[in-house]
Amino acid sequence: MSEISPGLWELLLKGVWITVQLTVYSAALGAAVAFGVGLARAHRLWIVRFVAGTYFEVFRGTSALILMFWIFFVLPLGFGWQLVPMWAAVLALGLTYGAYGSEVVRGAVAAVAKGQREAGIALSFTPAQQLRKIVLPQAWPEMIPPFNNLLVELLKGTALVSIMGVADIAFGASLVRNATGQSAPVYTVILLMYFVLAAVLTRGMRVLERRAKAGIGQKQPERTFPRRSRERVPVGGESR
Amino acid sequence: MSADSTLSKKSPPIAGTASSGETAAGSATAQETTAQETTGAPVTQGELIRFDHVTKRFGENTVLDSLDFRVFPGKHVTLIGPSGSGKTTILRLLMTLLKPDEGTITVGGEYLNHEKKNGRLVPASEKHIREVRKNIGMVFQQFNLFPNMKVLRNVTEAPVQVLGLSRDEADERARELLELVGLGDRCDAYPSQLSGGQQQRVAIARALAMRPKVLLLDEVTSALDPELVQGVLDLLRDIAHTTDVTMLCVTHEMGFARDVSDCVMMFDQGKVIEFGHPDKMFSDPENERTKEFLSAVL
Repeated sequence: MSEISPGLWELLLKGVWITVQLTVYSAALGAAVAFGVGLARAHRLWIVRFVAGTYFEVFRGTSALILMFWIFFVLPLGFGWQLVPMWAAVLALGLTYGAYGSEVVRGAVAAVAKGQREAGIALSFTPAQQLRKIVLPQAWPEMIPPFNNLLVELLKGTALVSIMGVADIAFGASLVRNATGQSAPVYTVILLMYFVLAAVLTRGMRVLERRAKAGIGQKQPERTFPRRSRERVPVGGESR
Repeated sequence: MSADSTLSKKSPPIAGTASSGETAAGSATAQETTAQETTGAPVTQGELIRFDHVTKRFGENTVLDSLDFRVFPGKHVTLIGPSGSGKTTILRLLMTLLKPDEGTITVGGEYLNHEKKNGRLVPASEKHIREVRKNIGMVFQQFNLFPNMKVLRNVTEAPVQVLGLSRDEADERARELLELVGLGDRCDAYPSQLSGGQQQRVAIARALAMRPKVLLLDEVTSALDPELVQGVLDLLRDIAHTTDVTMLCVTHEMGFARDVSDCVMMFDQGKVIEFGHPDKMFSDPENERTKEFLSAVL
């Protein structure tokens, strides 16, 4: 048993940066897939719906970890080149979480009142214009809370990459633990690191949701913790 | 052609026209329809809207049964009848929210759901439908304003996106229209901040901003609180009397129907069972079903 040296702490912090990168890239890919597949699943051509539906079922039903291994180890057999583990991970996570996200997009788009599309038709908007100007702006605020869930799931899911040797938080933690033999402080600290990252994401999504709702003239969502009224005279001092 | 024989059996509106001497909206003659059948081109007699043998079914239920009628430009036609009689279906067919199972509809001499290719009528492309549809505007029972756009934007968006007007031009036109409907000062409000009556006036302005030849009004006051109904009806009355827009209304407001209509058509079970000038229809209807219906609603 030895102390955790500053160098080892730095390893953990570097891991945080890798985890953040993985989350951002996977989320970006996931969002693109979610919108593409989600909208395709409501397309008027059955073949488009079929292809998108198949994608959804396949990627929802496969393990992200196995998919990651598959992309890293099996794909090269066919193509002759291998992705670096980081990008194999981003691809696996983005494609999987994109499949989950497509259900969110599909649901929110379907939930926009039928009369809205009818009004769009009555004004002779093209289907693309209806989607862009009428349907998506109304569906978007409804997507944010479930997207937030998925995003936090994704953040935690990035820990899978440590198995492939990508130096994220979880990988750093196991290195530090091996070096020092101290499990309790290391795992407690990275538990908190994930929690803080998740809290930051949630906060950001809340702001996004409030803005999106205000942008379509809707009432703001309830706050989880009611904000102290600014007008009220503080009794016993303000805490922040 | 089988359609011709059907026509000679089922032509209540046509027969009604001849006997009542009514020449305004809602009239058609069997001869013209026959001509259209043989040449394959829509024969227009100056009418703006024309239904030929239009049938619409929902599953087993035939909502419109080989319907024929015509509406001339500038006329105001009110469709009345018990619920489920097919009135709203006519408006929705015209707005292309529904497709007819049989028959053809023409608007301004153009087929609405069909196109002619090599002398044959084929289902129209989305683009063709959109082009013909630009002549038609609709006001809905539930307003259907876009909640994500402010009032002004609700009115300007389609003229800009669909008609290609510049923002400035569209804004100017929209402000005029909003002034007309009495909401010139609410341009920057969101629809959710308006009363039902105000929302419906915005919806009317939005439909008019496209300068449609035909305005479809689908029970536009049914979702309003009673005290707001009159304001919307007064506005529509005003529009009916001061513009040359053709109107097709489905309404339960018989007083309004009487004031603005040139023709009232009574529907029952997918057919027009009687039609004529409102004075005649409301005071001295001939058909038993019309009498029954009117005594129930008047």
